[in-house]
This record gives sequence, C-alpha cells and structure tokens, in this order.
Amino acid sequence: MGNNSDFETALHTLFARVFGESQPLNTIKRLSGGASQETWALSGGEHAVILRRAPGGASMARSSAAIGLSAEAKLIQAADRAGVPVPGVLHVLEEKDGLGDGFLMSRVLGETIARPILRDEAYSKARAQMSAQCGEALAAIHSIPIDSLPPEVQVSDGLAQIAQYEEIYRGFDAPRPVFELTLQWLKANAPAPLDTVLVHGDFRLGNLMVDETGLVAVLDWELAHLGDPREDIAWICVNSWRFGQSQNRVGGFGALEDLLNVYNQRSRLSITPNDVDWWEMLGTLKWGIMCMIMYEAFRSGADASVERAAIGRRVSETEIDLINLLEAAHA
Amino acid sequence: MHDQPSVAELVQAVKNFIDETAGPNLSGHAAFHARVASNALSTVLRDLEQRPTAEAAERARLLDLLNTPDDTPTEVLNRMLSEQIQAGQMTPETEGLLAHLKATTIAQVEIDQPRYSGLKTAKS
Repeated sequence: MGNNSDFETALHTLFARVFGESQPLNTIKRLSGGASQETWALSGGEHAVILRRAPGGASMARSSAAIGLSAEAKLIQAADRAGVPVPGVLHVLEEKDGLGDGFLMSRVLGETIARPILRDEAYSKARAQMSAQCGEALAAIHSIPIDSLPPEVQVSDGLAQIAQYEEIYRGFDAPRPVFELTLQWLKANAPAPLDTVLVHGDFRLGNLMVDETGLVAVLDWELAHLGDPREDIAWICVNSWRFGQSQNRVGGFGALEDLLNVYNQRSRLSITPNDVDWWEMLGTLKWGIMCMIMYEAFRSGADASVERAAIGRRVSETEIDLINLLEAAHA
Repeated sequence: MHDQPSVAELVQAVKNFIDETAGPNLSGHAAFHARVASNALSTVLRDLEQRPTAEAAERARLLDLLNTPDDTPTEVLNRMLSEQIQAGQMTPETEGLLAHLKATTIAQVEIDQPRYSGLKTAKS
C-alpha cells in the first residue's frame, strides 16, 4: 500500500462494492495494530464492520504456527455452520481490492478484556453462564468436519508440541530446572490421544467476546490446528488465563465440571477434570516458553521495548504454576 | 566510592518521575509502557534487596543436592541440576528436589511478580 490516501480510497471502494453505493463508508478507526494483525472498525449507514488485515497488507504470519488470514476466514465460516458463536465473515479480500490479505466481518459488540469480565458487576450473570457456554462452543468447534478444512490447518498433537517447544527452549541455552522436570514428567505421563479434532488453539479470555449474557463470539482463529480436544479445554484453565482468580479453574470465572457437563453431553466423550491435568501442565509450559520467546525479541535487539524486556520476568509465574501442578500430581 | 544517592535511591527517584510526572502526561500505548516501566523498576528494587539472600540459600540447597565441590559456581550447579533431570537421574520423587525447586521459584516470583496468584497457592 503506497500511502494513507490510497488505503482510504481502497476502503471506500471496497465498502461500496460489498454494501452498495447508498450507504457509503464514513468512519474509519484503527482498533489495534500489533505486529501480527491490523484491526479496523469501518462504518457507514447501518453497516458496522471489522476489517482484519495483515500489517500493511503484507502477508506475514504471527508465527510459524499461524494459518494466515484467508484460511482464518474459511475456518470462521466453517465454525459458523457448526453453530459456534462467531462474527459473520462478510467478504474475503481479493487481489482486486488492493488491500492485501484479510477479511471483513460483522462487528460484534461486547468486552474482550479479562479484568472487567472477571470483576465488574455488569458481568456477574455472564460469569455464571460462561463455563457451560464455553463447553457448548468447544463441543461445536470440535464437531467441525476436519476433511473440509483449508490445507493451512496442520496436525499438532501433544507430543509434537512438547518436541517443538523443547527445541525452542534448548535453543535459548538458558536452563531452567523446573522446565526440565516438567518436560520429563510430561513425556513420562503422556495420555493416549483422543480422536483428532479441529482445535481452536487460543481459546481464552482476550479472544472471547463477552456481553452481559455471556459468550457471544469466539475470535482469533489464527492458531487453529488439528489435535486433541483436551488441549482447548485445558488452555483456558492455565493459571495465567485465570487472571488472578485462581479459585475458578475455567478462565477465572467458572468450574471445569460445569464446562465438561455440557461438553461431554454434546460431544459424547467422557472427559474428567483429571484428564485435563496433563494438558494444563503442557499449556503452562508452552506459555512459559512463549514468554521466553518474547523476551528473546528484546535480548536479540529485534524489539527494544520495556514490555518485551519485562516479560522475561514473567517466566517465573509459569514456573510456580508448574511447581503447584507437579506437587498436586505427586501428593 | 560514594553511595549518596544509592542505586536503590536512584531507581526509586526514576520510578517516582515515571509515576508522578511522565506517566500522567502520556496516553494510549505510551501510557501502558510507562506502567510496565514503573513495574520493571519495582522489580529492580526487590531484586537489589532480596537476591543476595535468596541466591545464597539456593546455592546451599544445590550443594546439598548435587554433592559437588564447594567452589562450583551457582550457574554451573544449575546446569548440572538441569542435566541430571533431563537424563532422568533426578525425578519428582528424588528426596529434596521438589522442595528445592519450590523454594527457589517462590524466591524468584517474590522478586518478579509478588502479587501473582500462583505464589499465594504455593505458599498456602
């Protein structure tokens, strides 16, 4: 994209092509601009939509695990058909749009930030519903026929993830005895895999749109892959994603039993809270190594920000969680 | 050499500047980074105060666990421990291992993120 006015002209043309000439685009607002994705709020007349686009239009995935925006749009459409609450995909960007990779989706109103969802009175009814709603949404995600998915969606099971993250961790040459013990424990205690399903890959507060009735949309599908259904159930139980409310195992808001009651009924599986333990330990280790990766961006000089430096001092949060989980496993 | 102000006093002064002067004049992403910077300086202050005692205790436990010459540097001890765990020579059942890792990690989180929920769980 050459410059801002080219970009805006392309947005006006796109809006008119998708929604017609009678209600032209009149508001363009950038909502977030991370290294991985741009999010824009566009509105005109009765149409209020979100554009998710690669930074500057260039297709550059967040990590090697990310599937890219056009595959993400296809997944959201498949999830929609399976009854998962998602924003409707309205248009996938094409070459002629001149905006790079991305898609337009409907704008779902609500809150994604964990702190108000977990603490504000306005969300007290939502919190009481959300474990069951998450169970329902995850069962629907895991029911999506996997033979219909775009080829970018790759298989990644528990043992493959251990190998992948162990390699990254060893590459830093910064030994952490707690991570060593966790790696050995996970390998020695790996459960038999369940039938492969589509795994969302980042199902947690931050990526869930919530209003006062509870869960209204599952967002951010770029880490989706094929794997074990317990991975998704456990990821939202990782203590970091309870945002301080440790006593509520699911996302800081609810009980795992409430999620599993609905999930098992819909999926005809019989997963118990204990079956989630191994995956919660793996998820905690993965988050710890992801924090090391983000700190490495500072250490290597790629990103000089204080945020990237400081996140290196959050790795120990996952170490204390792992100690708590290892102790519980050996009590 | 002089020590007025001390390192801790200088760090505290910079933190005061961020919290009381610079931070309130920032907005958006810059304001967020100012809060991260202020928290990082709090970590520096705790590290200055707590690390010497915590590292001495860690070192004493490592020497007990590993049965090595007393002059082995702590970094080498931690590497040895990691290698022995990786090789399966030490497991969660090994006498004293989990207790050592727990004590070391508690001391680390007390410096890094003393309000972290998992720390309370570990100490309960």
